[in-house]
Amino acid sequence: MTEPTSLSLSACSHLPIPFNTSPEPLELIAQGAESLLYKTTFLFPSQPAALKIRPVKKWRHPTLDKRLTRARILAEARVLVKLSGEGIAVGGGGRKVKDPKKGNGVVGGMRGLVPAVLGLDWEGGWLVTEWIEGGTVKEAIYRVSRARTMGGSGVGLSGDAVVEELRGLLRKMGEVVGKLHACGVVHGDLTTSNMMLRPFGTASPQSSKPEGHDEASAQLSTGPAPDVDQPKSTSRSQTSLEGDIVLIDFGLATQSVSDEDRAVDLYVLERAFGSTHPREEELFACVLDAYAHGEGSGMNGKAGKTVIRKLEDVRMRGRKKSMLG
Amino acid sequence: METIVLPHLPDHHLHVCLFVKVHNAQFLRQQLLDGNVDFEYAFLDAAVLLSRQHVLAACFRAINDMLQDRLKSKNVHSEIVFSLSPNNNISDSFRRFGVSEITTEILAVKVGNDQMQVEEHLRKHVEGQAVPFTDEILTSIRNEARIQRAYRVETSSDQADAFIIGSMALKGS
Ligand SMILES: Nc1ncnc2c1ncn2[C@@H]1O[C@H](COP(=O)(O)OP(=O)(O)OP(=O)(O)O)[C@@H](O)[C@H]1O
Ligand SMILES: [Mg+2]
Repeated sequence: MTEPTSLSLSACSHLPIPFNTSPEPLELIAQGAESLLYKTTFLFPSQPAALKIRPVKKWRHPTLDKRLTRARILAEARVLVKLSGEGIAVGGGGRKVKDPKKGNGVVGGMRGLVPAVLGLDWEGGWLVTEWIEGGTVKEAIYRVSRARTMGGSGVGLSGDAVVEELRGLLRKMGEVVGKLHACGVVHGDLTTSNMMLRPFGTASPQSSKPEGHDEASAQLSTGPAPDVDQPKSTSRSQTSLEGDIVLIDFGLATQSVSDEDRAVDLYVLERAFGSTHPREEELFACVLDAYAHGEGSGMNGKAGKTVIRKLEDVRMRGRKKSMLG
Repeated sequence: METIVLPHLPDHHLHVCLFVKVHNAQFLRQQLLDGNVDFEYAFLDAAVLLSRQHVLAACFRAINDMLQDRLKSKNVHSEIVFSLSPNNNISDSFRRFGVSEITTEILAVKVGNDQMQVEEHLRKHVEGQAVPFTDEILTSIRNEARIQRAYRVETSSDQADAFIIGSMALKGS
């Protein structure tokens, strides 16, 4: 007799306490190699939350498995909390990372651009964060990519307008990565599915917002609110790339200000972007340009240019490696 | 008096009552010090509470730690007080977040038991005025300076709530 191997079934019965006995709906959103991501609630029945669990790996030695689970849950939570305290925590919530860009208009820059931690249990292997509305950047790009196809046949936007929108989105990606790096953190797994595009005005009122993007200013600046019912095929695609980019999935993040680490972070994103969005690959230069020159970047100026130069080396090494292997 | 059910903890109802103009805090504190079992409440100093979310995050952590058999303090009620603290010092947490002799705004939290009984008991023994447990009222009675000191933040509590709740959740790691 063989055991049933349906992953999602066995996963449900292995939810940690107290979620294993919960009457509350838990909607499986994503199943990664190491973790399961559920949409559920946490402190209020009306407030959606993201529950990430790292199920026990039966094939790993139990002590080692526990240690790894604990380390990754804590690594992610610590970085998220550190970033949510940028610019407001006395003493920076621990060791202060030395960085010349700090105090240059982007202090506290990541606050509100990462999900708030609501609860965790490193022994139980779970982490609950605020739910980010709007879907991933990957989905958003796929969506406008379809509109771009339709543009040629007279439906929706012209191809040029879509490309302009995409450029804007990519610039925002570069700026947010620049902000993150300026906070002394490298993400470790930058992809378009680890970036959410949160429409303006949908940030949870309980969570802190980045300066200058409170509800009021967002509504003034963005035309139709995202929740206004509009015929989807036309106006939806015009506003669909507006919003803040929120970074998620910090399980591999580390504190670092090294140019090399920063360049590798960008390289990982470049490679992931190229394979996920081959049609948009040529636009990736916008990300790098905004990283090194964008007003909201935090890495604009000399530091950013050094990282971009380093990126060239990292690419070279990558190419050599792929020629060898 | 309000009964709150946390989404994933349906068996642990929270009976919550916010009192202002309390003038027998000394008596209430004495019951806790004496270990009077009729007074198993979390009596929180409402001046250091940010929001309902802040309180509920502490309650979730305390109940979860109880379910996992790793309470650091005497019972789930003292653990709620401890859970509000960003550091591991239990007596420090009682001093900062618990009722003191001069506290005039108190949030009483009881995990479990019958709502009617809890309400009757509180109304009989807490000499103060019961008001709704809302974010607005919490905001109006909170002490910014004390919150900033307790959580080591240097800005208004509203901007710091993600950091504060996150620090509570990470405590002991
Ligand atoms: N806070 C959130 N709000 C909304 N959706 C989220 C949130 N966190 C994650 N998601 C969704 O779930 C997916 C998977 O989450 P995440 O990237 O954190 O996990 P993962 O890739 O499985 O993690 P890991 O690489 O650490 O094992 C995301 O791509 C996104 O679609
Ligand atoms: Mg991911």
